[in-house]
Amino acid sequence: MNARLEKTMPWLFVLGSVLVWELACIAFRIPSFVLPRPSLVAMALYERFGPIIDNSWMTLVRTLFGFAIAVVLGALLGIAIGSSRLIYRGLYPVLIGFNSIPKVAVVPVFVIWFGIGTIPAVLTAFLVSFFPIAVNVATGLATIEPELLDVMRSLGATKRKILIKVGLPRAMPYFFASLKVAITLAFVGTIISETVAANKGIGYLMMAATSNFDTPLVFAGLIVIAAMGIAMYAIFAIVEQRMTFWAKRGDGIMA
Amino acid sequence: MPPFVDVSDVTLTYGGTASGTLALEHTTLQIQKGEFAAVVGPSGCGKSTLLKLVSGLQLPSHGGVIVNGHEVSRPLSIVGMAFQNPIMLPWRTTLDNVLLPLEIVEPHASRFRTRRAEYEAQARELLKIVGLDGFADHYPWQLSGGMQQRASLCRSLIHEPELLLLDEPFGALDAFTREELWVVLQQLWERHKFTVILVTHDLTESVFLADTVHVSSKRPGRIVASQKVDLSRPRDIYAAEFVSLVRALKSEIVEVRAA
Repeated sequence: MNARLEKTMPWLFVLGSVLVWELACIAFRIPSFVLPRPSLVAMALYERFGPIIDNSWMTLVRTLFGFAIAVVLGALLGIAIGSSRLIYRGLYPVLIGFNSIPKVAVVPVFVIWFGIGTIPAVLTAFLVSFFPIAVNVATGLATIEPELLDVMRSLGATKRKILIKVGLPRAMPYFFASLKVAITLAFVGTIISETVAANKGIGYLMMAATSNFDTPLVFAGLIVIAAMGIAMYAIFAIVEQRMTFWAKRGDGIMA
Repeated sequence: MPPFVDVSDVTLTYGGTASGTLALEHTTLQIQKGEFAAVVGPSGCGKSTLLKLVSGLQLPSHGGVIVNGHEVSRPLSIVGMAFQNPIMLPWRTTLDNVLLPLEIVEPHASRFRTRRAEYEAQARELLKIVGLDGFADHYPWQLSGGMQQRASLCRSLIHEPELLLLDEPFGALDAFTREELWVVLQQLWERHKFTVILVTHDLTESVFLADTVHVSSKRPGRIVASQKVDLSRPRDIYAAEFVSLVRALKSEIVEVRAA
């Protein structure tokens, strides 16, 4: 009973808020170009399904490309930072500085370099999402127990061997946890870039809809983005669960 | 016969000679091959540092350490180590944890893949001796603390080290488990006759297991007394001789602490 309630809770919550939203719009006579009723949003979603799907697909592909680059470079960077004190010292302040720059500010630079469209979107998605991956991987490597390092070193293990046998497996839970965060950030990056410089993509669609005061379509776009974000998050949560089951130490069966 | 482990007049300062912390000062310690030595002393007396020096993980500021006829200048691969914290790798099964050293130490590492079955049999045998048969394929986090410590002992012994360094390995266990593991360790030692240096603050433990008990002063650590234990094994911790030995050692420690 309790478990079932827990499972239906997210749906109940969404349903409840939609209901409140709908009723509030009707009760306070809110004009639909300010805040459309959910039913209008649903209508827009249904009527403009073709273009919405087309543009969402574009956004999804860009996001995944940017994310893939972020995973590879972020992990490599994390390994470098986490396993070498020197690189950590040199690179970390730069990374933090870089991460503090609002990414919307670099989109115009990308546009100058690559024109509008896919490349700035992919690059922005990458820039927004690689940082948590790098930091998490580095943390996983840097927090190896000193005694374990002693054991490994006393066995004559090289730095490389320690990394392969202990460091990388140990960093895996950190890595997979960061993927969940990074994929949602990658969406943010793509859409930021699309709203500034693109002629396709859900971000572009929303900008176009805004200039036509087609607020229901803007909200339809928001909902699609949220849905894609949740779907991707769920996929990576499952991957995390599969890959690093050992990190979620349930009650020991013997203890 | 020259001692197997010869620590002669070693001084170690952490963090620079001038301003750093003095961990060990003029420490001298000799251990014969096959001997079971225990080092007892107040906490923070640099006992763990001593083990690091012997294993080559730490080099002395002054003095020298000779193990097996060679001056120690880098980590030795003939040692096995176990600590108070069993530090098993949670993504490996108990069996794979025990096998870890064989994947690193030569000559085993390079032929590990081809002779895996043989090594596995060896590890299972060892696990059986410490009473863990049937748990080889469990993950360490499915085991109790005492069982993990047993596995940790197996890991420290699987590559048949000539020198076993134990840093309070039973410190975090309950009294029953601890005494059980003393017996297990003693059996392993009698079977393989490796040299052991056991660091502990448990006097009963040191007298139960060791041939010689060395008493360390408080920081900076220095060996101030060495006591041979001539009781026959297995020892009875309630026998009058045993108790009086422990008492004598205890009064030495009290003196050392007061000094």
